[in-house]
Amino acid sequence: MTAVQVVRSEWTKIRSVASTVWTLSLAVVVTVALGMLISALSSNEFDDMSRRDRLSFDPTFISFAGMSLGQLAMIVFGVLVVSNEYSTGMIRTSLAAVPQRGTFLFSKIAVATVLALAVGLVTSFVAFFLGQAMLGSHRASIGDAHVLRAVIGGGVYMTLIAVFSMGVAAMLRSPMLSLGILMPFFFLISNILGNVDATKKIGQYLPDQAGSRIMQVVTPLDDDTPYGPWGGLGIMALWVIAALLGGYVLLKRRDA
Amino acid sequence: MIELEGLTKRYGEKLAVNNLTFTVRPGMVTGFLGPNGAGKSTTMRMMLGLDRPTAGDVRIDGQHYDRLKDPLKYIGALLDAKAMHGGRSARNHLLCLAQSNGIPSRRVAEVLDTVGLTAVARKKAKGFSLGMGQRLGIAGALLGDPRILMFDEPVNGLDPEGIHWIRNLMKSLAAQGRTVFVSSHLMSEMALTADHLVVIGQGRLLADTSMADFIAQNSRSYVRIRTPQRERLLDVLHLAGITVVESGSGVLEADGGRAEQIGELAAQHQIVLHELSPQQASLEEAFMQLTAGSVEYHAHTDAPYDVPPPAAQQPQPPQQWGDDWNRSRR
Repeated sequence: MTAVQVVRSEWTKIRSVASTVWTLSLAVVVTVALGMLISALSSNEFDDMSRRDRLSFDPTFISFAGMSLGQLAMIVFGVLVVSNEYSTGMIRTSLAAVPQRGTFLFSKIAVATVLALAVGLVTSFVAFFLGQAMLGSHRASIGDAHVLRAVIGGGVYMTLIAVFSMGVAAMLRSPMLSLGILMPFFFLISNILGNVDATKKIGQYLPDQAGSRIMQVVTPLDDDTPYGPWGGLGIMALWVIAALLGGYVLLKRRDA
Repeated sequence: MIELEGLTKRYGEKLAVNNLTFTVRPGMVTGFLGPNGAGKSTTMRMMLGLDRPTAGDVRIDGQHYDRLKDPLKYIGALLDAKAMHGGRSARNHLLCLAQSNGIPSRRVAEVLDTVGLTAVARKKAKGFSLGMGQRLGIAGALLGDPRILMFDEPVNGLDPEGIHWIRNLMKSLAAQGRTVFVSSHLMSEMALTADHLVVIGQGRLLADTSMADFIAQNSRSYVRIRTPQRERLLDVLHLAGITVVESGSGVLEADGGRAEQIGELAAQHQIVLHELSPQQASLEEAFMQLTAGSVEYHAHTDAPYDVPPPAAQQPQPPQQWGDDWNRSRR
């Protein structure tokens, strides 16, 4: 039993189910389309903005506005990749074939991560260029300072969201339970915690709040975030590692 | 060869598997028999390293399951027909299993052909009937050409043709010298396929014996007699050393006597007989009596349906019966 064999097997698994195609395509389409729409609207409103808003106008970040919705499709992808095994009963067949549970879980996650990164980077670059096209004269260029970092960071952010979901699904096993927790958390709760003054101090350490910092090029004026773009991505990575460790420990200890 | 030693699984307060020790040998079909909930599936999952034993040990060819390099080449298992992703085609399901164990992908086409699913190889498994799902599961078990095969209730839900096919498959695999371990809750099914029998009830080992011995010891034969001259006949038979038990409504059951002998004795003493018939208890009855004390889910006999009560709840105190039987084996 080598990891190479298991990785090949997991690649066959992931490419042979329909959910891979529809979740990832949805992530691309939603992120790009919503990003274009919001970029176009922002471009029209620019002239009506206050001076303050104009100073912190971040065309790069605006073209990634679709990610708030597109990341939900990435969450579904991450959850289904892992929890499909449990909801179908395939897990017993899989673990009988690969009794080394660590090899099994991390091969699966490695394959899904590489795929998510490829899709995430494509999404991020397409969202950037099409978003900038909508922004007209207010657009940023890929050659501007920190813009390339933000665009690549956008792809990494989407990937980490998916991997975090894989770890949570490995802990919870049930797809409905995992989605029922992750979707409202990332769509609503995290945003509320991050924007209400009382909870902002804690909210800014949540994985998506911290990680999305990598996509910002212009820092807001009254910004007092205690970490920079890379620090934020690091905080998000810690969340991901914690989720993966939790999933691994539980898989290792549980009866299949 | 599969060796179990003191294998135990506890779920909270409940002992699902209790100190099982037995060996499954190559070259024959070993039937694993027990009522529903006896612990058969739990035992099989522990054999495959899916569930962790509370105590005891299972070894596959002398090794722990998770120490096997490419386990599908040692042991193939059908646990349940639903243990697959319904959205994946039959071919891809087998392909991912083959790749994980370094099995050449041409084996996929071979086993699909063996189980007769070549025509639907590219169809999604969720469209399969129970029988087809069962066949796909068996194809997965055969994939690594393993020396040991394990089937959990393989005939469940199959049509007669499918049952016939599985029986022949198991026999031919055993004839090739492989170890075949198959569970069932039907004695009649085992009587047709198994050479050796392991019986459990409530997680405990009740019997570990060859099929032939089980039949010889458990197919109780007796002679059923009805007579208006009951007392005289009882005396005559008692003198001749034949034990008789009364089974109600004037029927006598003579154990260990042949009908010819009893008929001649009755004629000598001019006793009228209304019935004299040799009887044989079925293997199914023997199995039910053996496990009667350990059946977890009894049907209510006072149910408002006109059904005869299960044989399991008839004569002798069942637990003792099983114990006696075990003692006589040793």
